[in-house]
Amino acid sequence: MNRLSWFNTVSLTLGFAFLYIPMLILVIYSFNASKLVTVWAGFSTRWYGELLHNEAFLDAAWVTLKVAVFSSSIATVLGTMAAYVLVRGSRFPGRTLFSGMIYAPLVMPEVITGLSLLLLFIGIGLDRGVLTIVLAHTTFSMCYVSVVVSSRLISFDKSLEEAALDLGCSPAQAFRLVTLPIIAPAVISGWLLAFTLSLDDLVIASFTAGPSATTLPIKIFSSIRLGVSPEINALSTVMIAIVAVGVIAASLVSKRSLVRQKKDEQAAERAQ
Amino acid sequence: MQSTIFAPWEDPEAKPLIRFQNVTKRFGTFTAIDDLSLDIYEKEFFALLGPSGCGKTTMMRMLGGFENPTEGRIELAGKDISGVPPNKRAVNMMFQSYALFPHLSVWDNIAFGLRRDGRPKDEVAARVAEMLKLTRLEKFGRRKPHQISGGQRQRVALARSLAKAPKLLLLDEPMGALDKKLRQDTQFELMDIQEKTGTTFVIVTHDQEEAMTVASRVAVMDEGKLIQVATPDRIYESPENVYVADFIGDVNIIEGRATLEGEETYRIDWAEGEAPLRATSSTRLDNGQSCFLAIRPEKVTISPERPEGAVNAVHGKVLDIAYLGNISTYHVELASGTVIKAQAANTRRISRRSFTWEDPVWLSWTVTGGVLLAG
Repeated sequence: MNRLSWFNTVSLTLGFAFLYIPMLILVIYSFNASKLVTVWAGFSTRWYGELLHNEAFLDAAWVTLKVAVFSSSIATVLGTMAAYVLVRGSRFPGRTLFSGMIYAPLVMPEVITGLSLLLLFIGIGLDRGVLTIVLAHTTFSMCYVSVVVSSRLISFDKSLEEAALDLGCSPAQAFRLVTLPIIAPAVISGWLLAFTLSLDDLVIASFTAGPSATTLPIKIFSSIRLGVSPEINALSTVMIAIVAVGVIAASLVSKRSLVRQKKDEQAAERAQ
Repeated sequence: MQSTIFAPWEDPEAKPLIRFQNVTKRFGTFTAIDDLSLDIYEKEFFALLGPSGCGKTTMMRMLGGFENPTEGRIELAGKDISGVPPNKRAVNMMFQSYALFPHLSVWDNIAFGLRRDGRPKDEVAARVAEMLKLTRLEKFGRRKPHQISGGQRQRVALARSLAKAPKLLLLDEPMGALDKKLRQDTQFELMDIQEKTGTTFVIVTHDQEEAMTVASRVAVMDEGKLIQVATPDRIYESPENVYVADFIGDVNIIEGRATLEGEETYRIDWAEGEAPLRATSSTRLDNGQSCFLAIRPEKVTISPERPEGAVNAVHGKVLDIAYLGNISTYHVELASGTVIKAQAANTRRISRRSFTWEDPVWLSWTVTGGVLLAG
C-alpha cells in the first residue's frame, strides 16, 4: 500500500470533516440525557425509548413508508418504460424534445413542481392525502429512474434482444425474458433512488399533503419550529442508520458479484 | 472432390432456397444494397466476403428479418419473406458478439429457442443434450457464459442457433473474436457440423482465407454490389476483374496493351525496355485495348539463369525477402522500376538459400500462369 502524502491526508480529512461533522454532532446529541439540546448531561438512550411511544411520529413514519414504497414502485415502472422507448425506440418525430423533457424535472425548482401539482389537484377536485403525495412523488422521481435505467440501456448489447427475437420471442417476451433480467440491477438501484428521494422530500410533500396525512419530514420540520427536541435527534439518527445500512449493503452486493464474475472469467481463460 | 458432386448452382432445374430479386436497401440517402440478385441453394455453405461497409452485413440482416428491403423481394423456399418478423422465420442467426444471455446457463441458453416453441420438457432436454454433444460442451451445461472460455462461448452460440433446426443458419463473422490457431480448428469443426446437420449456412466474413476454407461458393461484394459469385478455386484462379484478383490473396498486377497474336493468345506491351509478355484469354480483347495481367506470386518461378524456352521472363534484382517459414516471398525490382513478387517453397534450410539481397535473378511464368483482364 502506498502511504498518502501529507497534502492528500489533509485534503481528505478536511473534505470528510466538512461532510460528516454536522451529522456526527447530531448523532452524539441524540444520546444526550438532558432535555436541553445544546447542553451535554451524560449518555442516555432515553430519547429512543420515548420515540417509540410518540404516536404522532409513528403515524407520520408509517405514512412516509407507504408513500415511498408506492411512489417508487410506480415511478420505477413508468421510468423504465420511458427509458426503454427513448433509448430503443425507433426515431419518432419529437424524440429529442421528449428526451429533453424527461430530464427537465431534475432541474426544476421543487417549489414550482409542488405548486403546479397543488393547482392540478385542486383543479380536478382531488382531496389531498396519501394518494396525492404518492402521485406527486411518482412525478418527480420517475425521471431519476429513467436516467439510471437509460444509462444502463445505452451500454446494453442490442444483439441480445435481436437474438431473443431470432429464437422466437415476441418483442414483449424478449423484454421480459432477456432485457429485464439483465438491466435488473439498474432498475433496482433506480427504485432505491426513488425510494430515498421520496423518504427525504419535504417541499413537494408539504404542498400535496393534507390534514389526514403527514410525512415524517413535514412532522420533523414543523416540530423544529417549536424548538429542537432531543427526540428529533434520535429520530434523525435512526434514519441515518437505515440509509447507511442500505447504501453499504447495496454497494457490497454489487461489488461482490463483480469480483466473482472477474474471477470466473479469468479461471475460464486459464482453463482453455 | 466436393465441387464435382455438389454443384446445384450449375443445375438449371434446381430450385434455390433463397432468392434475392433486384433487392435494393437504402438507409436515408445511403444505398447499402444496390439492385442485387442472388440465388443460394439448399445445403450450401455460402460466404459473403467483402471489406467493411460493402453491404454484406445488411444482406444477412435482411435474411434474419432485422431489416426489410426498400425495393425488390427476398424469397425463402419460394415464399416472399419481406415483412415477416424474425420470430416467425425458419432462420436462425449466430451473432458476431455471440449475444449469449448472461443471466442463463449454457443449458438454458441452448434451450431458449426450443422453449419458445412450447415443446414438451423431455423433447427440449433431449435436443439440448444432442446439441451439447455435437459441440462437445457436455461438461459445461451448468456454467454461465462468463464461466467459459471464448472458444467455448462460440460453440454455445452455434449450438443455440442450431437447436431449432433452422432451414437456414446465418453466421455473422463467427470467428472474429478467436485467435488464429483456434480459428483454424473452428473452421474445420464448422464445416463438419454443417455437413452433419445438412443445414444451409450463410457466413459473413471479411477474412478471405476463412471464406475460401469453409465455403462451397463465395460472393465477393463491394459497395452494395456482387462483384463475382463462384467457387473458391474459380475466385482464386480465374477472377473476373481486377477488384476480385486484388482482394483475394496476393497478386502482381501488370498494366499494358493487348494485341491478338494467335488462337486466344495475346501479346502484352507493358513497359519501355521490357520484352512483351504473352498470355491466353478466352474473352475477346480488341487490338490495342488496355488490359491487366494478374499473376499470383506462387506461379512465378525464380532462377539465377534465364530458363530455356520460357515464354515470359523478366530480369531484375532482389529487393526484399519476406521469410514466412514454409515459404519465402521475394520482391524483385526490374530495370523499369516495377516490383514483382515471386514465391518459393523453402525446401532447404535458410542458411543454404540460393538467393539473397541484391542478387540478379530471372522471373518466369507460363503463358497460362497469369489471368488477362480487360481494363
